[in-house]
Amino acid sequence: MTEGQNKTEVIVVGAGPAGISCAITLARAGKEVVLIERGNFAGSKNMFGGAIYADTTREIFPDFEQSAPIERRNIEHKYVLLNDNDATTISYRNNPSDIVSYSVIRGKFDRWMAEEAKKAGVILVEETVVKDLIVENGQVVGVKTEVEDYYSNIVVLADGVNSLLAKKIGFRKNIEPKDVALSVKEVYKLDKSKINDSFLLNDDEGCVYELFGGAMKGMLGLGFIYTFQNSISIGLGVTLSELIKNKIKPYELLDKIKKHPAIAPLLKDGDLLEYSAHLIPEGGYKKIPILYGAGVMVCGDAASLVNNIHWEGSNLAMLSGKLAGETAIVALGKQDYSEKELANYQTRLENSFILKDLHTYRNLMDEMEGRSESFLGYYICKINKFFEMFTSANGIPKKDLYRKFIKSFFKDRPIKELFQDAISGIKLLWSILIK
Amino acid sequence: MKKQSLEEKLYTLKFNPDIYSHLNPDQNCCKKCTEKICTIICPAKVYEWNEEEQKLNVNFENCLECGACRISCPSKTLMWEYPKGTKGVTFKQG
Repeated sequence: MTEGQNKTEVIVVGAGPAGISCAITLARAGKEVVLIERGNFAGSKNMFGGAIYADTTREIFPDFEQSAPIERRNIEHKYVLLNDNDATTISYRNNPSDIVSYSVIRGKFDRWMAEEAKKAGVILVEETVVKDLIVENGQVVGVKTEVEDYYSNIVVLADGVNSLLAKKIGFRKNIEPKDVALSVKEVYKLDKSKINDSFLLNDDEGCVYELFGGAMKGMLGLGFIYTFQNSISIGLGVTLSELIKNKIKPYELLDKIKKHPAIAPLLKDGDLLEYSAHLIPEGGYKKIPILYGAGVMVCGDAASLVNNIHWEGSNLAMLSGKLAGETAIVALGKQDYSEKELANYQTRLENSFILKDLHTYRNLMDEMEGRSESFLGYYICKINKFFEMFTSANGIPKKDLYRKFIKSFFKDRPIKELFQDAISGIKLLWSILIK
Repeated sequence: MKKQSLEEKLYTLKFNPDIYSHLNPDQNCCKKCTEKICTIICPAKVYEWNEEEQKLNVNFENCLECGACRISCPSKTLMWEYPKGTKGVTFKQG
């Protein structure tokens, strides 16, 4: 291996949740680790809806609830099925003692995580882009930045959804438009008391909205709202292939969602603080790239580790980073950085909830891709139609209303399609629950 | 809440643009491209087709660095890189 001045034990590329978790795990074990971030500060290029998960975050930062910049403790999830102008909402309010997730602002939270990593001994190098990996005899031995080359025994790629580096070493093919969602988000400044009144919250309680249908009707895409101390975020993520097919501007789609009568009052009097956009890896289990090789491992979004149906990503990123860190600690102890040794990273992922959950939903995207028009369009409309009928008081006998509603399924949808929907639903349930 | 244009939305962001573009389309391919989908899906309207000059204008200063254009480009000829360290967009509320 080439020995240079710039030599360390591990280089981690990308100071997001995956990269920081990996770096801090190594530093706490006394290993020399350099964490390279392309942004001005950790979090400056990152965007998400808004929540981190308490359990996994505690695994990396046991006392984070005391010192991290947390915004609100989420106590309620609202699933809102938007029709053109009406909406049906299913809401679940936690048991007050259950703490599942907190809303955070990445610009503050990622920065805090990076500071914790520095305290643990991580060398953080910001404002530096890694342009390429240095490969010698089939082994990754370092990185090329804009200014100089750095060498290490192991390189961990946590460089985000686009992971140009994983592509460069042939760990994955080109990303296809159907395997990512394009997300746009707007953050609005609102008084804390106003947020608490509008969302029925006390003090630091938070609320998460998950939006289906509306302007996204029939498309493979979802919207979200998160609450922070003095702001709320609203955004959506729609599969890129749907936006391409329908020639839709993502920000115009969000503008339409914001105008829906069930949503607009929540944003009233809000001042736009920031607009942003980001890609979300949505390919699921089948699109996970090669995760390790000689001298290299891939974590977080770069490894496509996102459980989209449960809105989990930051927790998969953190845990995958930690597992890569633990794998590296063992490898450094043995001075063995071979592909065979680093295969332990894959085993650790398989034994964790990460690959188990992604495997559970491995068929979801394929099934949904063909049936999004029905599951995210037609049935959302019908659920709203049901409640429109059920809540009506118009002199028509109820029995007639029910019969008309049931008949409407066969009128507005060919029996073949209804049959296909049922088959698709059963197939999906079978793959999730049984096999 | 008043309706805001995309330009107004982009004003909320902090940009430190480089003098060189990190986004370089192959103009010959763009001329032949029938879809020009980058002009639609880009969340920051970075790409505009200049009919007169038969050229794709690239307002790279507004790029949010999401990568949607790279993945959408039908001919996969768009050269897409991250801006240099210190350059590009900074999200404060991400």
